[in-house]
Amino acid sequence: MSATTLNPPARVNGALILRGVLLLGLALLAVLPVLNRLPVDSALYVSDFVVAVSGKWICYAILALAIDLAWGYAGILSLGHGAFFALGGYAMGMHLMRMIGPRGVYGHPVLPDFMVFLGYTELPWPWWGFSSFPYALFMALAVPGLLAGVVGWLAFRSRITGVYLSIITQAMTYALMLAFFRNDMGFGGNNGFTDFKELLGIPLNTTGARAALFYAALVALGASLLLCRHVTQSKLGRVLVAVRDAESRVRFLGYNTTSIKLSVFVLSAMLAGLAGALYVPLIGIINPGEFSPGNSIEAVVWVAVGGRGTLVGALLGAFSVNALKTWLTSFAPDLWLFVLGGLFVAVTLFLPRGLVGLMRKGDGR
Amino acid sequence: MSFLLRLLAVFLLLAAPLRAQESFESGVAGLAGGFAAQAEAVERLGALGDPRAVPILRALSEGKLQKSPDGVLAIEGRDALTGAPAPTATETVRINNRVRGALRGAFGRLELASPQEAERINAAAGLFRARSADNIRLLEDALGREASPAARAAMEQALAASRLAAADPGVKRQGVLMLSGSASPEARSLLLGALAANPGLAAEIDSAIAAIDHRLQIRRVAETAFQGLSLGSVLLLAALGLAVTFGVMGVINMAHGEMVMLGAYTTVVVQEAFRGIPWLLPWALPLSVPAAFLVAAAVGAALERGLIRHLYGRPLETLLMTFGVGMILQQAVRLVFGAQNREVLSPSWMQGVITLPGGIEVTQNRLWIILFSLLVLAVTIAAIQFTRFGLEMRAVVQNRRIASTMGIRTGRVDAMTFAFGSGIAGMAGVALSQIDNVSPNLGTGYIIDSFMVVVFGGVGSLAGTMIGAFTLGVVNKMLEPWAGAVLAKIAVLVGIMLFIQRRPKGLFALKGRAAEQ
Amino acid sequence: MSGRLYLDGVSVVFDGFRALNNLSLIIEPGELRAIIGPNGAGKTTMMDIITGKTRPTAGVVQFDDHDLTRLDEAAIANLGIGRKFQKPTVFDALTVFENLELALKSPRDPWSCLRWVLGPDYQRRIEATLAEIGLAERAGDKAAILSHGQRQWLEIGMLLMQEPQLLLVDEPVAGMTDQETEHTAALLRRIAGQRSVVVVEHDLEFVRALGSKVTVLCEGSVLSEGSIDHVQNDPRVIEVYLGR
Repeated sequence: MSATTLNPPARVNGALILRGVLLLGLALLAVLPVLNRLPVDSALYVSDFVVAVSGKWICYAILALAIDLAWGYAGILSLGHGAFFALGGYAMGMHLMRMIGPRGVYGHPVLPDFMVFLGYTELPWPWWGFSSFPYALFMALAVPGLLAGVVGWLAFRSRITGVYLSIITQAMTYALMLAFFRNDMGFGGNNGFTDFKELLGIPLNTTGARAALFYAALVALGASLLLCRHVTQSKLGRVLVAVRDAESRVRFLGYNTTSIKLSVFVLSAMLAGLAGALYVPLIGIINPGEFSPGNSIEAVVWVAVGGRGTLVGALLGAFSVNALKTWLTSFAPDLWLFVLGGLFVAVTLFLPRGLVGLMRKGDGR
Repeated sequence: MSFLLRLLAVFLLLAAPLRAQESFESGVAGLAGGFAAQAEAVERLGALGDPRAVPILRALSEGKLQKSPDGVLAIEGRDALTGAPAPTATETVRINNRVRGALRGAFGRLELASPQEAERINAAAGLFRARSADNIRLLEDALGREASPAARAAMEQALAASRLAAADPGVKRQGVLMLSGSASPEARSLLLGALAANPGLAAEIDSAIAAIDHRLQIRRVAETAFQGLSLGSVLLLAALGLAVTFGVMGVINMAHGEMVMLGAYTTVVVQEAFRGIPWLLPWALPLSVPAAFLVAAAVGAALERGLIRHLYGRPLETLLMTFGVGMILQQAVRLVFGAQNREVLSPSWMQGVITLPGGIEVTQNRLWIILFSLLVLAVTIAAIQFTRFGLEMRAVVQNRRIASTMGIRTGRVDAMTFAFGSGIAGMAGVALSQIDNVSPNLGTGYIIDSFMVVVFGGVGSLAGTMIGAFTLGVVNKMLEPWAGAVLAKIAVLVGIMLFIQRRPKGLFALKGRAAEQ
Repeated sequence: MSGRLYLDGVSVVFDGFRALNNLSLIIEPGELRAIIGPNGAGKTTMMDIITGKTRPTAGVVQFDDHDLTRLDEAAIANLGIGRKFQKPTVFDALTVFENLELALKSPRDPWSCLRWVLGPDYQRRIEATLAEIGLAERAGDKAAILSHGQRQWLEIGMLLMQEPQLLLVDEPVAGMTDQETEHTAALLRRIAGQRSVVVVEHDLEFVRALGSKVTVLCEGSVLSEGSIDHVQNDPRVIEVYLGR
């Protein structure tokens, strides 16, 4: 702990390296779609697959940032962020379904195929307005935010913290998964939404559209990172850290910790919703499996591996764990769950401050 | 020839009342005749009540009865009466709808005299559907002989339905009165049908329907309660181990569901091992209970000593770590046993349905699981309250440092407590193998429910866990009929969240300073 | 000057154990009061009641016109009641300066915290407090690396930053050197002119140095009240506390 005063250069170097890694990584990501346009035989050519996978990881990185903000700073370990992500995805998916228009299999001008199949005669009210892109984007943020607001308010005001809160958020995503699997919810049941055609008038299956979505996600990641940085470096960020470490003491200082935690939980849920909204047009499908509790907890491990409470760690963790997953599942899919489980164990036992902690060895935090 | 035979048949039929044996043989012979003679012969055989007629009539109805040109009847090449080879009988005896109708009635009558209780009940059900006044005598006779309560109930209902079909209003009234004592939806719809046809009996029928409704209501409540208790017992089994590891020790173990899963797979392994030893096979399930306890307890002890103890005081890290362990255990089992469901046989004494008075049906294996869950609860409470281990465990939970200064090896007690809780989960796995698919992800479905039960019941209270489990089970099943299974589950989850708003520490809260630490 | 604390007939029962038994106590604005009593006398429970951590089973707890039994901890703190805990709790992950900044009296809602800019006035006030508690040199260090005595001082400093009308101070000199203890007594005496101060302490030398009225608690009620000489000579007090 006292190493900070004894050996300050170590910290500076670590932070510099991290910042370098971060900028280099973002720059590398930014040129991927350009390299994708090169001739196939070029040494620098990057395949569609790589672009698609990196786009997915960018969305995951936004989700990881959201989790880090709540867990790393405010100590709220949500095991339900996958639900906020999925809700954001569903909101965007609903817009994309409406944009299919009469091009569906049944050719109905308004109703998506699954509704025609289930015998709907008119659009159910939750779908009203989703033909408008701004409205869908608004809902992708508002619905997760509202859910987080209600769940958080109920939990924080009755001082449900720690593992109890984790279990409740897990139950929340579990319940939503069960609900979205039902056909009569009007959200496509088991199959969810897919076969999207266009977004903002641009056909989705073109290289250009994919590149545009990729850049949109990258810009959103940058903006989210700046937003989270602004929050965590403000006095609010310091209050959050104080709440994380000694909540009752903060209360005796006169802070209403319920509203402090609620504000950051809602913000975090909205970021997760944004990530989901960007994810769905990129990968072209959303189904209730996204609500599965395993997804949420896997996202928590990205943050743990990267190093929580550092923001950069969230990005590092999301990219490195997902890279490992993609690489490993390509040749030894049976091994992946052992490795993922092993990551949970190793990171909690041996690397509580994650990869960033390794680099910042000697930092007082 | 055929004329002669018919003549003979008529003659024999006339002679039938004289001697039973003769009339049986003559009845059988009549089956070789024309459709009218066949129908008459079938009815006669039915009225005789001789069980030997059953296979012959069955052969007739299935098109397996054959006749020779000289009228010898045979089934699969053997004389239908004597069993001697009958090579000449090659022509299939054909029947028409009238004969088929007669056959249905005859089967009903014959089976009413069957030595098998199940067949008699089945026959009574057939006569209930037939609704013919012709069967009144028959049923009255059968009732006179019948000793089994279940068969009597079925016959009484059939008799009531037959009386309702009679022409005499007095007999009809008797039928209505009898049906009013029933509790079956069929009786209710029968009465509803009779309402329009018998305006004179409207008052009696109305009150009979009301009586049936009342009884059906009671039955529905009782069956819902049983289903709720059954679900509650499953929740109790799944949550009990967690009540020890989380409730008492305060260790959050997300691999708890995998301990349950390991218990279920232990049952599979024990059963496979006993497959070659037939006399041991019925004991596979009872013997799986200690085996599953030991397997899960050993894994639990290793988990606690090897990993969890390094994270004491860091619950969120423990949660993540044990989730990872659960993943590894699941994947290991998936690789060893395969991803598909494994079947676990139920011993015969756990199969079947018990019908309680009032027609309430109770599946035996569910009943056993309720009893088993209560037994496990009792054993758990006894182990904690009355054994040296339990005493040390409570001492360590209350004050680790003082317990340690008293010479208690707290590390060993931690390991044993965790092993104990895991072992209980393993035993739960044995029970769940009887009602759920044994697959590697068996446990994941129970972990959230288990936590909800423990939190709802009050962390640290075993009585709370029991009451919590049964309450949630019954509430869930009560909601199901009008909300559907999924919405009921969601409603229960939401309900628990709202409940802990009012009582953050659950039903049975520890109060005072101890609870605030 | 306002800030009158009024407790009447307060009882707290935990599982049949009476932590407070019909306790009545009045602290006038600007008063300095020392509270002593054996272990389990209810000193900490009394503080918990006043600050909203524990709800009384029966009785009246008022601060001026406010019914404290109906407010939560944050609202009570914002009324101007500050508390220093027996076991010093500061925020380890934050620097000494940041700890004081959090305690500084300012709007506490999330939006204001996000928009907060430390103006020169505030900067000066934090620096003045840093000087007062002798931690000016350590302003940029994480609180985690402070010594026990320094943590005590930091917590007193945080209490001062809150500008409370009533300070509840639980065993402020535990783990302090004699010199630090004297310094603390002087500081509390100085504060008492403008604010009410309630000090719970075992160290009778320190209580004597405060020179204030003393209340002796025993088994959840007031056993004796008066000057330090008066209570030290009270036979009941000698029997239960001093005589041991």
